[in-house]
Amino acid sequence: MNALAARFNAVFGPDMAGPFAALAAVLIFFGFASPQFLTGATFGSVAFQLPELGILTLAMLLPILTGGLNLAITFTANIAGLTLAWTLQANGGVDAGPAAFLFGSVLALAVGAASGLVMGLVIAFTRAHPILVSLSMMIFLRGLGEFLTRGGDISGFPAFVAPIGHGSILGIPVPLLILIACVIVSHILLSRSKLGFSTYMIGSNIESARYSGINTRKVLVLVYVLSGVMAAIAGIIMLARFNSVRVGHGESYLLITVLACFLGGINPFGGFGRVLPVFVALVVLQLLSSGLNLLGANQHLTTAVWGILLIVVMVLRWFSATFIKFVK
Amino acid sequence: MSTASDEGERARPLLSLRGINMTFGGVRALKNVSFEVMPGEVHCLAGENGSGKSTLIKVISGVYKPAAGAEIVFDGEAIPHMTPGMAQARGIQIIWQDLALFAEMSVAENIAFQTLSGARPRLVNYAAIRRIAEEALARLGVSLDVDRPLKDYAIAQRQIVAIARALVGEARIVFMDEPTASLTQSETDHLLAIVHNLSASGVAVVFVSHRLAEVLEISARITVLRDGALVGVYPVEGMTQSKITELMTGRTFDQGTRARDVSHNPVMLSVNNLSRSGEFSDISFELRRGETLGITGLLGSGRTELALTLFGMRRPASGTITLSGKPVRFASNREAIAAGVAYLSEDRLALGLNQPQSIADNLVMASLNRILSGRLISPEKKRSLVARWIADLSVKIGRQDDAISTLSGGNQQRVAIAKWLATDPKVLILDSPTVGVDVGARAGIFEIVARLAEAGLAIILISDEVPEVYFNADRVIHMEKGRIADVYDPHATTLKDLEAAVYA
Repeated sequence: MNALAARFNAVFGPDMAGPFAALAAVLIFFGFASPQFLTGATFGSVAFQLPELGILTLAMLLPILTGGLNLAITFTANIAGLTLAWTLQANGGVDAGPAAFLFGSVLALAVGAASGLVMGLVIAFTRAHPILVSLSMMIFLRGLGEFLTRGGDISGFPAFVAPIGHGSILGIPVPLLILIACVIVSHILLSRSKLGFSTYMIGSNIESARYSGINTRKVLVLVYVLSGVMAAIAGIIMLARFNSVRVGHGESYLLITVLACFLGGINPFGGFGRVLPVFVALVVLQLLSSGLNLLGANQHLTTAVWGILLIVVMVLRWFSATFIKFVK
Repeated sequence: MSTASDEGERARPLLSLRGINMTFGGVRALKNVSFEVMPGEVHCLAGENGSGKSTLIKVISGVYKPAAGAEIVFDGEAIPHMTPGMAQARGIQIIWQDLALFAEMSVAENIAFQTLSGARPRLVNYAAIRRIAEEALARLGVSLDVDRPLKDYAIAQRQIVAIARALVGEARIVFMDEPTASLTQSETDHLLAIVHNLSASGVAVVFVSHRLAEVLEISARITVLRDGALVGVYPVEGMTQSKITELMTGRTFDQGTRARDVSHNPVMLSVNNLSRSGEFSDISFELRRGETLGITGLLGSGRTELALTLFGMRRPASGTITLSGKPVRFASNREAIAAGVAYLSEDRLALGLNQPQSIADNLVMASLNRILSGRLISPEKKRSLVARWIADLSVKIGRQDDAISTLSGGNQQRVAIAKWLATDPKVLILDSPTVGVDVGARAGIFEIVARLAEAGLAIILISDEVPEVYFNADRVIHMEKGRIADVYDPHATTLKDLEAAVYA
């Protein structure tokens, strides 16, 4: 048994045990509870719903690892989506060409980066608390977006945009491919790059990182820029999925992303946590939502169950830590 | 002298401990220690850092529970299981070195809160708080504005507030942990006068200190600890500073210094008229290849500020730094590290190491460029770099991925040194490298320092433990109030003279 646990830890890492256990529990429970659960349809719907939340979670994960938070991710995604939508409209709306889409996407990413840049600079240089800084940015972006759109939808995009939200390549949904690419990039960035290493060091003790010659300001700024870019990618996907942009779209995802990070074993105070357990945790959350949906539960109940899940996970985590100490 | 009647009249000790043993994770912090204080006595508990002084106080105050067989008697009452509450109820008061005060609260609240916590009715009576505080301060012959927040006052006044708080609790014996460490001479004199008054009013005072001048001035007896064991109890009369140092360190003064003649080696670092306003001024010295230059001086002498300036974390106001012949102006410590300057921080817990992170991550933190393969960190290169340094400095570890906080102070410090050696430095600044390191492990740290110097590294060794620089450096600079007071050749001076100069 111990050898098995050691092998598991060597292959996946000890932080994968919880998310895998939760995954198994959800699959088994809903597999028995609903005959339609273990079918392609469930996994199809999960595969299309997961990416927006998943990429927004990655956007949240990076700042959390530095001991911060980015509350502006959903509105950054909206404003980035608006940037792309206006670029398309200015270039003919439904008749806009792929070049306009590419150009608009680059602008959208730049807008996301700019949102992160401003927050990163303020946090790195004034040492103001990331919650306050990103909250201010969130309010600014929401106000700006509502002012510019007058609270309405922007829609009317060329036909080739929809497949980015709904199409599949080789049977794999395009948004899922984008999410997987983002997961792989984030994983490598955090586990193997100097920036990732510095992110963890800053998260657990920024002063000791500075004394060791790590450029803490540069790292903080880059982390928030990357977070903004990730949010912009999510914004582009949302545009394609809904075929419209509206300020406030995806707002409810904000706190779910924090929940997914903690479910994936991210230390809420920074310094520790990996991308892969978070990814598994996301899959669990989405399966839970689909399963409850199949059982006929109300969408609001799903949200409530997610909240209970997080509390249960925390208690279990405390319990297993105490138990392991006891066994030793 | 010791007739039967004398024995009968001899006052009963206020506090008496016997057979105190204390073990932490396999390390014996106290070995069969006994300790005794008479009523109204001013007693000194002396010993080097790590000798067990603080552990002993924590046993007395009920924070630590000693091993079975311990005997604690207070005022004739045997107390087999002392708890903090019991200690407080009996008037055993401890003033810790960090004072444990609340900076944001008023002087009055700081003095009175302990007495009033738990009092009924459960409402705060500000009039009572002020009255209690004013009475306590009056007893000390001090007047402070009790309504001002404590943070408005300097360390010397805070010390007095801590003493006043102890007195409010009907103190019968007050322990003061390194009370003079950050005081000026006149502040120390004032404190000693207060202690004298306390003693006259029947309160016993125990100084816990390794500063010796004031000990000799005021104490009646001195208990010396070394490496967790009792060395002895001595009357202060006829005791000299050098005799106490000898008892504390177990070293005699004719022990040779390690100082070597390195004047033929090329100059590695040259500092000219370096100044930073309010911190240090007019600092000039040369450091040669293979030389260990000691810098000593009291807290506030500007030694750490100077080191941080050499390390590029602070900009000098004027003066020049020349590193292997080239003038340098570092815009950050990254430039200093790249140029070959390394700085081991005096604060290992907060600045020197990233305590929650792993041994391996801590070790490579300053030299990430050496473990890259392409643009990514190579796990193999990282592992082998860590393994090499762990072996080279004989660090005792379990696994590389264990948190650094699981290591002992000595082993942590070795990892911290390895972190800087991995950057391939030309100049290594060691700021108080033995703080929080067991006495037994310190020699090992200095053996590493000697070996590095032998291999040609230029080392600046900063310490406020004068014997450390005296025995381990080739030259010693004494800094005082931000200036170089004097430079000593350990062969041409005695430790006693150097200590006298530093602690004057």
